[in-house]
Amino acid sequence: MGSWLDYTINGLIIGNIYALVAVGLALIFGVSHLINFAHGSVYAVGAYVGWACFTYLHLPLPLTALVVIAVCTAIGIAIERLGLRPLAGAPRIAPLLATIGISLVLDQLLQILFTPDPRALPSPLPTWRIPVGGGTIGALDLLIAGTGLLSAAVLYGFLRFTKLGWAVRATAQDRDAARQMGVDTDAVNRTVFAIASALGGISGLLVGMYFNHIDPAMSLQATLKGVVAQVIGGMGNVPGAIAGSLLLGLTESYGVALFGSSYRNLFSFALLLLILVLRPNGLFASARSAPPEPMTGTFIAPSRVVRVPPWTVWLAVAIAYVVPLIPNIGYALQVLTNAWLMAMLAISLTLVAGTLGQVSLGHAALLLIGAYASSLLALDAGWPVWVTIPMAGILTALIGTALVAPAFRLRSHYVSIATLGIGEIVGLVILNWEGLTRGPMGVTNIPPLALGKLELDSPEAAYWVSLAVLVVLALLQSRLLRSHLGRTFRAIRDDDVAARAYGVSLNRYKGLAFAFAGFGAGISGAIAAHLYSYINNETFTSAVSITALTMVILGGMGNLLGGILGAVALTAIPELFRGTAEYRMLIYGVVLLLLIRFRPQGVLGTV
Amino acid sequence: MNLLEANGIVRSFGGVHAVAGVDVSIAPGEFLSIIGPNGAGKTTLFNLLSGHDVPDQGSIRFADTTITGWAPERIAALGLARTFQHGRVFGNLSVRDNILVGAHHRMRAARPRVPGLGAVAELLMALIRPPSVAAEEAALNAEVDRIAALFGDRLTPRLENPAYSLSYANRRRVEIARALALHPRLLLLDEPTAGMNESETAEMTTIIGRLKSEGHTILLIEHKLDLVMRLSDRVIAMDDGRIIAEGPPQAVRTDPAVIEAYLGHSSLGEAAA
Repeated sequence: MGSWLDYTINGLIIGNIYALVAVGLALIFGVSHLINFAHGSVYAVGAYVGWACFTYLHLPLPLTALVVIAVCTAIGIAIERLGLRPLAGAPRIAPLLATIGISLVLDQLLQILFTPDPRALPSPLPTWRIPVGGGTIGALDLLIAGTGLLSAAVLYGFLRFTKLGWAVRATAQDRDAARQMGVDTDAVNRTVFAIASALGGISGLLVGMYFNHIDPAMSLQATLKGVVAQVIGGMGNVPGAIAGSLLLGLTESYGVALFGSSYRNLFSFALLLLILVLRPNGLFASARSAPPEPMTGTFIAPSRVVRVPPWTVWLAVAIAYVVPLIPNIGYALQVLTNAWLMAMLAISLTLVAGTLGQVSLGHAALLLIGAYASSLLALDAGWPVWVTIPMAGILTALIGTALVAPAFRLRSHYVSIATLGIGEIVGLVILNWEGLTRGPMGVTNIPPLALGKLELDSPEAAYWVSLAVLVVLALLQSRLLRSHLGRTFRAIRDDDVAARAYGVSLNRYKGLAFAFAGFGAGISGAIAAHLYSYINNETFTSAVSITALTMVILGGMGNLLGGILGAVALTAIPELFRGTAEYRMLIYGVVLLLLIRFRPQGVLGTV
Repeated sequence: MNLLEANGIVRSFGGVHAVAGVDVSIAPGEFLSIIGPNGAGKTTLFNLLSGHDVPDQGSIRFADTTITGWAPERIAALGLARTFQHGRVFGNLSVRDNILVGAHHRMRAARPRVPGLGAVAELLMALIRPPSVAAEEAALNAEVDRIAALFGDRLTPRLENPAYSLSYANRRRVEIARALALHPRLLLLDEPTAGMNESETAEMTTIIGRLKSEGHTILLIEHKLDLVMRLSDRVIAMDDGRIIAEGPPQAVRTDPAVIEAYLGHSSLGEAAA
């Protein structure tokens, strides 16, 4: 029994930590309807600023907290100014993508400044512990709980009793009406971002101290947990976010108690999906509210599509085919082979995110499924590689569609959250299902590409095979887009209510689009696995999903050639600078930000 | 036998009875109009009939089938087409594609009826594009040209333009064209002349009159009484979610309850003129 009390206390403390993140996210969502994906980055910055204050300046905790608050408030204001305000008239998903860009930039700056290695962040607090039941509570636990309660109280007072607080609540209810009544909604946004970021930074500092461990990867984890807690409590609902955080903390804690710590995140994402499917408006919303008005949550900027004459495309393919004949370009060949594989992912993503309008943030999971399917079929079932790769495509189409099917009824940013969660779940299942996937060890000795007896393990062969598969997939997709299915997908994107009124079943056509997309992405992952010869659950992470989305936006959403162009450009350009991985993600973040701000229709135009 | 028969329809939003016990029926070939002040529940009723919302109580029969609680796409496939009050064209699709979406459920070659594997067959047909599919697409395209021609030269020269580039009135025309492409057995028109000027309204009146004379069964929501009086076989007046008068157009127009609903007590009597 004592240990259960322990797990409960632990769950509440973790939940309290999540609450500091989730409350900020909820405040921001409340006034701006934006899921701030940069929030976790602010939290990570808070942790690192705290570490720097302790390590270099030897500041005491209260002063450190003040510095963290100051820095994070400034960053929050900057995010509002750069990521939100210029996009006031843009589609709703645009600021969301902008905050993803900002988060990439902040995370990479942290990595460059502090290296990706984890650091210890020892707590300067006394180490006494009070026994409670079978467990104990320490000073840090009390500080975390106290901070949570104090910030909730201060926030309540601010929203309830100050003029600016009233303005925040008025803006949350009806931004236009508030503006008509003379409320400076920009100031409200700025205030909310400042408060939320200060809370986020403090939370990062406390969590770092709690685990005595900080690393740049904590950013994405925090955003994810905050978003999950918010979805549980209802988007934009501040008390709901606190309740959701505590519930999430408890769920995780009990889940860990029952199954072990590697299941912690699996539990939180399973909870996320459950809530999204059963109660998309959160646990505390009324069950049946008025049907929502049309909300164009897609990221489609009306634009003139750049017409590319077919002969130039074929000429480009022909040139691409003779590239390996140039002597001594081994490295460039590898880069281009990667570009073709990324292009397969990009055209797959542009079909669902652009043509169908379902902005997926978990597309890399399809690569993982394809890679594991092909490797395991080749190794464990002993099938030849030329059979396992198309089989991997089919399996990915089936599994991917089945996984995302519960999210078909969701719209706009909920689709993005759900796909993000599903993507994480795929990685975690692969990590934990050791019997099938070999768990954290990964799959080794994956056989190279081969066609019957013909070994295709040279760089040139890999290049040619990848290019050929890309051309075939692109041709198929272009046929699909010109058929009635292309029309139907785009109709669903533009107005799913009107589409249904004309006999279009959303489940069927979303399923078809995801299946086709899953096929292409699965094949890409499968080829990659046979080229790398080793894969594990972290071979394709959510960073790959974001990269692919950047490529797709660069080329123009829904634009087939654009997707390929974006993939080649963003794979090749960082190589020109010979940058390390950190600089690469930094470049992607900046490209994403600039595109959303200045050319949302991409280079070739949205279709 | 009535084409549509809705009995005892109730729908509330958080305690407000938007539709509070309404019976509506429409016979084949009939032209029925629903009038009433803003907030009377007309559009809510439309949403309930077309499956975009589900009634709390009551039953709906359409084409000899009970469709209460059905999804809108299934009701559409039975032959019910509707337009939307504020116009919901597919902005990034060409006018032609907008109208073709209306014909979605009529496609046979492109959407083979294979039990269990219909979706897979549909995908394969789209990729293989056999002659039957190409012929069907060509026939539908020719039909789109004919439907567009109904609207004079309003839509025909703009068939390949994206719908977002159209004027408001033209978007409303596209909506009606899209509804006609479904070959509806029942056409639900939600304020087709909203936001149109006088001459555009007159033009739309002519077009709707032509649809009526071609034998279409039409259920119309409209504020412009001229149009309602000229075309309707029967009129239903709603207020506060209830039917307050029903009958031939002139009778409903002069019904005291209707005048009161529109103009309030004080002006009772003067308004009949």
